[in-house]
Amino acid sequence: MPKKLIIGKHDLIPKHTKLSEKDKKDLFEKYKISLKELPKIYKGDPALQSLNVKVGDVVKIVRNSPTSGESIYYRGVVNA
Amino acid sequence: MTTIPKEIADSLPKALLEDLKEKVKSLSQTKAKKVMETVHQEYNKARVEPGECVGLVAAESIGEPGTQMTLNTFHFAGVAEMNVTMGLPRIIEILDGRKELKTPMMEIFLKKPYSKGKDIKKLAMNIKETKLNEIVTEFVINVADFIIEAKLNKEKIKDLGMREATLLTILSKEIKGATVKKKEDSLIIKPRGKSDSLNEIYKLKEKIKGTYVRGVKKISQVLPVKRGEEFIIITAGSNLKDILKMEEVDTSRTRTNDIFEISGVLGIEAARQAIIDEVFKVIESQGLNVDVRHIMLVADTMCIEGMVKGITRYGVVSEKASVLARASFETPIKHIINASLVGETDKLSSVVENVMLNQPVPVGTGLPGLITKVK
Repeated sequence: MPKKLIIGKHDLIPKHTKLSEKDKKDLFEKYKISLKELPKIYKGDPALQSLNVKVGDVVKIVRNSPTSGESIYYRGVVNA
Repeated sequence: MTTIPKEIADSLPKALLEDLKEKVKSLSQTKAKKVMETVHQEYNKARVEPGECVGLVAAESIGEPGTQMTLNTFHFAGVAEMNVTMGLPRIIEILDGRKELKTPMMEIFLKKPYSKGKDIKKLAMNIKETKLNEIVTEFVINVADFIIEAKLNKEKIKDLGMREATLLTILSKEIKGATVKKKEDSLIIKPRGKSDSLNEIYKLKEKIKGTYVRGVKKISQVLPVKRGEEFIIITAGSNLKDILKMEEVDTSRTRTNDIFEISGVLGIEAARQAIIDEVFKVIESQGLNVDVRHIMLVADTMCIEGMVKGITRYGVVSEKASVLARASFETPIKHIINASLVGETDKLSSVVENVMLNQPVPVGTGLPGLITKVK
């Protein structure tokens, strides 16, 4: 029986969180951008398995950075 | 203890902040304040200014050491005689976003107690893909009955710890268009179709030689190695998805050098990190010195679309808005013809096309014109 693959715990995957509607609006206002201009992430991305996102959401990613310790990145969810 | 003022704490990156906290601990209030202010100032000075052409700097910084890299493709990794693509060919492979690697490889970390060396040989054999021709001594085509007889190597099967009944069920599942039966020490493989040309059966014989029998598919070589305190398994061939499903495997550290596989199994962010790690590993192993930030920039660009795109005319370059910029990269005539067929316009908003037209480039001090409207 094939075991279901649980990911999200791998060292390579940084922490992904879904932004609330309010945070999303704040983000767009702060940088004066729209969803279209954000880097993309596919809805079916393995790292989003447990996040329950839909198209149009913004995912906040906290990366471990060798230069600044921690860096924050945003990706807009798009259809594959 | 002195606290760091909020406006300074907010603008500094985490690593620098923690360093600073440690340093000002033993200082007096006034001195600490002065140190913090100086650090803040220096940090702001060191930041990249808006309009700085970071891509160009990155290209130069990776390109120049690239000229000094070995053109030698292969390198034997340590004592273990495992072929690994290194040097320039490997860098090209990663940055082009190739799907087929020359030497796919995995490093499998194990959970306790396997990481201490328990059953390591057996485990390694379980991972290695075994094909039918490895457990069969000879294949014979019986022309009269139109069947293939495969004589089994009993010892080898015993070594692998396989039962013949399980072997039979696996084979009947894997071999399509033929029935598999057992007769004494041989397997009888009978094609199901009516066709009785000798050619067909010969083709079938060659095909079933490579039939998967056990192990993890695509893993062609295994090698248990002791690294530091623990045992890991290095493999030639890569199949991250199936390996991660195994119970003995430490799923958080096991990795492969196949970027596409990582992006499929672990996601785009993991792929970005893998690109950085892989490129950096090659550059470091050649004794060269390239700042990670340049590699990070390239990796970010490759992963911006949600999937890994190579820096080729099919990948990142095809995303460029400008026709002239695309044409200046590779196959110019094709791009210009295609653009004229659909009536594309070029807004001349980027660097390359403006260089071609002998105009100021929107970079550095040339950039503000785009932001402030000049009336």
